[in-house]
Amino acid sequence: MSDQLSAWQLILQGDPALFAIVQLSIVVSLSAVALAALVGMPLGALLALTRFPGRSALVVLLNAFMGLPPVVVGLAVYLLLSRSGPLGAMGILFTPTAMVIAQTILIVPIIAALTRQTVEDLWLEYRDELAAMDVSPLGRVATLLWDARLSLVTALLAGLGRAAAEVGAVMIVGGNIDGFTRTMTTAIALETSKGNLPLAMGLGLVLVSLVLAINAAAWGVRSWSERQAG
Amino acid sequence: MRAPSSDLPVILERVSVRAGATTMLDDVSLGIRPGPPTLVVGPNGSGKTTLLRVCMGLVAPTEGRISWGGRSDAAPIRRAILFQRPVMLRRTAAGNIAYALAQAGVPRSRRPARVAELLQRVGLSELAQRSARKLSGGEQQRLALARALARDPELLFLDEPTANLDPAATRAVEEIILLAAQSGIKIVMASHDLGQVRRIAGDVVFLVRGKLCEQGPAESFLARPSTPEAAAFVCGDLVI
Repeated sequence: MSDQLSAWQLILQGDPALFAIVQLSIVVSLSAVALAALVGMPLGALLALTRFPGRSALVVLLNAFMGLPPVVVGLAVYLLLSRSGPLGAMGILFTPTAMVIAQTILIVPIIAALTRQTVEDLWLEYRDELAAMDVSPLGRVATLLWDARLSLVTALLAGLGRAAAEVGAVMIVGGNIDGFTRTMTTAIALETSKGNLPLAMGLGLVLVSLVLAINAAAWGVRSWSERQAG
Repeated sequence: MRAPSSDLPVILERVSVRAGATTMLDDVSLGIRPGPPTLVVGPNGSGKTTLLRVCMGLVAPTEGRISWGGRSDAAPIRRAILFQRPVMLRRTAAGNIAYALAQAGVPRSRRPARVAELLQRVGLSELAQRSARKLSGGEQQRLALARALARDPELLFLDEPTANLDPAATRAVEEIILLAAQSGIKIVMASHDLGQVRRIAGDVVFLVRGKLCEQGPAESFLARPSTPEAAAFVCGDLVI
């Protein structure tokens, strides 16, 4: 009980260490989602609209990669960015940038796979009308992404949820450095093993509330726009 | 605006369309020329939809040739089609028309006036801001007509536009079609409704099992059908 009380105290008193960690987590995960959306959405749409040899294999691969283990992604990015790795000269291992890269790689498959499914379903429905209106290939991609925007928000949220909740990748490439690369999940893992349960629980509470708030907001946006445009 | 070259006449020379073992159109030769509406009639599965899709340029013939105004690769700029089950874009009624206008190359500044005019033309002005997918069947059909007319077509294909509508909605749609025909748009319309043929047709193309069975002015088709299948159709017998 006393642990729970002090957890709430940390949150309500606005503990600066706690909020620095929360802020870094949000910035890293949101950046990763933004980057992954830039790559994943056009990739998914392209995959939905094109037919080429090996496409099925790529779709299966993408779907499989939705469940990519974060530690493996962390390891791969670590090998890339470590001093002796191909991108070692950039010197960004154990920085928030490295964490953003790792999380982006982790969630590109999620966003791309969900986008492909959504766009392909809509394409089957729209195909004849768009062909009859002589819409250019690029125009088709834009139309489908725009008209599927409500469903695509769900894809972004799935990506955000995955990024905010994972420990393995940010732990390996960020290093969990206090005040620099410590996120909510790595901090919870560390503080729990140290026995500092109030901070761990405080962070856990913030993490869960944040995920709830984001989903509630998305639900609101979705039902609002459904009323507007259907 | 667009290049003045016309898509008419549409000439089909010995066109067949096959998918695997199924023959949808079988050796059809046909010319579509300016004039009153052409009605493509025949039982279900006789190839009406396929014929319209070939004429629209959406389906390439497996055999034979098709040309629009003498060109065999004319992009569907002055052609529009109303599918049997038109798909409403996930936008408002006005948004659906604005989209079609944008695709037809109408400059942004002129779109609002055209949207209002087209909505007026199909009697949907009141529902401009309603989600298109929440309109009734008849309203969706009229909106789809407005969207097709937004392309300012010289050739408009209609695939059984009133098949699922009640008499009042059918009348509303037919009035729009007749007005469009009077304004000089060549209408090519699939139908299996004999009454509709009487009300609208200038000439008739009669298909049975993918073959062109009979073709000619509506009056003589209705009064003196020359094939047994057409005679049965005109009498109201079931043609299968």
